[in-house]
Amino acid sequence: MLRRNLMLAAALGATLLSGAAYAADPVSIVYIPKNTGNPYFDSIIKGFEDGCKTLGCDFTTVAPASAEATSQIPFVTAQIQRGVNVVAISPNSPDALNQVFDRARGKGTIILSVNSDMPGNETHRDAAILPVDFTKTGPSQVELLGKQIGYEGEIAILSATTDAPDQNVWIAAMKETLEKDPKYAKMKLVTIAYGDDDPQKSTTETEALLANYPNLKGIISPTTVGVAAAAQVVETAKKADKVKVVGLGTPNQMRRFIENGTVEAFQLWSPYNQGLLAAHFAVGVKDGTIKNEAGTVFEVPGLGKVTVEKDSVIKTQADLTTFDKKNIADFNF
Amino acid sequence: MSAISRLFRAREAGILVMLVLFVAVVSLIQPRFFSTETLRIVLLAVPLILVAAMGQMMVLVARHVDLSIGSILGFSAIAAGMIFRDHPEWPLYIGFAVGVLSGAALGFVNGLVVTLFKLPSIIVTLGTLSLYRGLLFILSGSKQIDPNDIPEPLIRMAQTSPIDIPWIVIIAFGVAFATWLFLTHSQIGRQIYAIGSNPTAAPLRGIRVMPVTILVFTLSGALAGLAGLIYAARFGYVNPGITGVGFEFTVIAAVVIGGVSINGGVGSVLGTVLGVLLLGSVQVALPILGVSGFWQNAIYGGIILIALVIDRTVRQGGLRGLLARGGA
Amino acid sequence: MNSPDMNTIKSPVSAAPTPRVIVREAAAPRPRWQVWLIRPEVVTLVLLVVASIVATRLSPFFADLGFILESSTYYIEFAIVALVLTIVIISGEIDLSPAAQMALSACLFGTAFKAGAPIPVAMGVSLLSGLVMGAFNGVLVTVLRLPSIIVTIGTLILYRGLAQVLAGDKSISGFPGWFVGIDYRMVGIVPVPVLVFIAASILLGLFLGITIYGRQIYQIGTSEIAAIHAGIRVRRIKMGLFIASGLTSSIAGLMVASRLGSVRYDLATGGELTMVLIVMLGGTYIFGGRGSILGTFLAAWLLVIIATGMTVANIAINAQLTVMGLLLIVSIIATNAIYARSQR
Repeated sequence: MLRRNLMLAAALGATLLSGAAYAADPVSIVYIPKNTGNPYFDSIIKGFEDGCKTLGCDFTTVAPASAEATSQIPFVTAQIQRGVNVVAISPNSPDALNQVFDRARGKGTIILSVNSDMPGNETHRDAAILPVDFTKTGPSQVELLGKQIGYEGEIAILSATTDAPDQNVWIAAMKETLEKDPKYAKMKLVTIAYGDDDPQKSTTETEALLANYPNLKGIISPTTVGVAAAAQVVETAKKADKVKVVGLGTPNQMRRFIENGTVEAFQLWSPYNQGLLAAHFAVGVKDGTIKNEAGTVFEVPGLGKVTVEKDSVIKTQADLTTFDKKNIADFNF
Repeated sequence: MSAISRLFRAREAGILVMLVLFVAVVSLIQPRFFSTETLRIVLLAVPLILVAAMGQMMVLVARHVDLSIGSILGFSAIAAGMIFRDHPEWPLYIGFAVGVLSGAALGFVNGLVVTLFKLPSIIVTLGTLSLYRGLLFILSGSKQIDPNDIPEPLIRMAQTSPIDIPWIVIIAFGVAFATWLFLTHSQIGRQIYAIGSNPTAAPLRGIRVMPVTILVFTLSGALAGLAGLIYAARFGYVNPGITGVGFEFTVIAAVVIGGVSINGGVGSVLGTVLGVLLLGSVQVALPILGVSGFWQNAIYGGIILIALVIDRTVRQGGLRGLLARGGA
Repeated sequence: MNSPDMNTIKSPVSAAPTPRVIVREAAAPRPRWQVWLIRPEVVTLVLLVVASIVATRLSPFFADLGFILESSTYYIEFAIVALVLTIVIISGEIDLSPAAQMALSACLFGTAFKAGAPIPVAMGVSLLSGLVMGAFNGVLVTVLRLPSIIVTIGTLILYRGLAQVLAGDKSISGFPGWFVGIDYRMVGIVPVPVLVFIAASILLGLFLGITIYGRQIYQIGTSEIAAIHAGIRVRRIKMGLFIASGLTSSIAGLMVASRLGSVRYDLATGGELTMVLIVMLGGTYIFGGRGSILGTFLAAWLLVIIATGMTVANIAINAQLTVMGLLLIVSIIATNAIYARSQR
């Protein structure tokens, strides 16, 4: 009994402590990327940092070593304990974090899913900041490749994992575009390969594509690891003029291939702007200046007007950015 | 002696038969597999495994195991990559030296801890697996080495050479040849076998077990470091969280398939090379056959266990002997 | 729970003849207080206290029992398996595959549930799979006489590979509410998994400390040949231990499934390192024959304190990996040194 009272006192003390911190301090935001050492998320972190510099919020980032489904959970719990106001996270699993998110939100922490959503589990987070209008990724990639191969010939897709939710949405849209739009009638999707976002597997899968489909004209790889591996294989096999590679990649990862002509163009969005937008949104919601509900419009300096859509989804930009020889020198991320 | 050499030969012949059978079966199912193009892909896939497998083979022969080679590979690749990135004007061989030497240093630490404190290598290297990965994150500041920072000449080593066989393939088979020379034609090489066959008797025969064991771990580390450079050449970038993760299992699988006994004292370069080629062929065949990549690990695990059972069966004079003894 | 193991170690049956003579001749008996103090469990306890103080200093948010107990649920599944692993290691074997067994049995549970099986049936499937996987390890080790260290590396890859084949990289979820959230069910402020851990510790501690089997296990680990001569059914006991390891792994896998409300093939990845770390931190001798459940129990809390303390202090993961690796190596060196001293 005495022990229980002691525990109660300890817990109470901690609550008081975090409560006091909340009243006095600026909004505190923590961003938890999928894993550490991933350059893509470094850009998002940079966006958060710059956003918080102008807004005056406290920003920290912590990351697990691996992108395994459960690796982020202890970090979220620790942030709740630290009394952080906003946890922004790029979730490693669409559902394994549900319980800990519920608990965080029960304690007043705002949960923002950044860079990808949690399909089917939207009720467990407060809002999702997505990089781009995902319905445009598929058609846009098909057009980028079509332009390079004269809208004709066999093409293949090299994706991440068979169940990667974002990639599967985009691939479905690619298929639909290829089928419905007469412009692409002569482009034939021969297969979809999965490189599991692993450099080695992506490499052997691409090599198998080249071996299995000697008439292949192009590869679309809507994942940063995949597109780099595909480009490397095509370069090694000296088939850059025969097989065009397009996809989603980061400029630093792809610069070499653009400069030596292996890849003509690829696409992405701005992870930096995602971080920036998320920081503004988080502070606004916490301050009460931004209402987290469909239809709210708010302004982010440098990004213009942004709308909160259905299910509290916010898209950072409408169209994808295309990188090629002309503009790649302007980007460093 | 002749009986032993016959056994050796039988062992390697067995692996060769497995390799030929595998290629034949896959080619029957998918005729495209039997082509020079596939051969090229297999040859490109094996150098990474082959170089590290030579080190791991020596470790196993000395009756130890090194689980940290994946982290050593990552560490060396990052260390060399940072030299390339921060000092692009320095010649390529400095990066190579840094990669190989840092690998050797980490391997030396493994060997030192194992021998000095007389600890089981599997637990020590399980610890350094985590330790070295942590150190490489710290060293790199969790930053990836981008393709831009990998020197062109290094990347071309994975693509071509004056005789049109990529340099990394030549290096890998060169390393295998050197290992063969070392193990069969040097005194230390033979001592490694002696230590593995009977660690307690080795000192009585005048073998200094500790330095030789440390040397074996150092060589394994150095070769994992060299594999790190091959990784950088082949994949064109180095990521602190991805490069080398899980690599140890692939290498151990290759070595065990190659007939190297986990009980020490037994193993040959030829067998290991064949084991690596078999594993490389499996790796390449799966996507060509259209088998989901999800099967890869299960197949590796299955192959290791089968190789273990075969190894045990051979040593106990066939299945009957095994069961007879098992019933005792 | 403290002393029987020491007695067993010194028992004449288990020691080989020559060393026994040396032990007897080796100078004056050590003072009783030294024997008590220089024990791995005491070192673990001291470390536990030190770690708690350091963690409290590192972050003002750490010293909150509710938070520590909540955070402990992320490691307690491994700790439960580590209890059985302790016994396996005392018997002179090792099992590196439990984390993969957790994943495969949890994925089997998820798949069975998705296929329409009611939860109890799916749980049965999962437990049965743990039994089979453990027995498979056991057969390879005791019947085929392969070294457990390499066999369980093989089955580690195999079991996780099979989980991947079975579930792809989909996460399987949608379990009913009553099944989900075992870690949020509390007795007082203690989450249920922690209670399971405490109960398992007491049971296994008693098993190892006071039953005849416990004594036999120590003897097997000290000298297998002597144990065989003493008429102990070595293979049967080892087989039992591997099966127990598999069964416990599947229970732990189910607990993870309940905690997450979903399963995926990569669940508990790298858990073998955590489990071995806990056992080693607890002072179990890697070559078998020595060790105790008490040590593992304390070590589990040491790990919880260290991991939670670093995470809540926002210490980067690179430092955490480094610390874990160093700890493992230092703890086996220390344990070895202590046993070497006590043998003098």
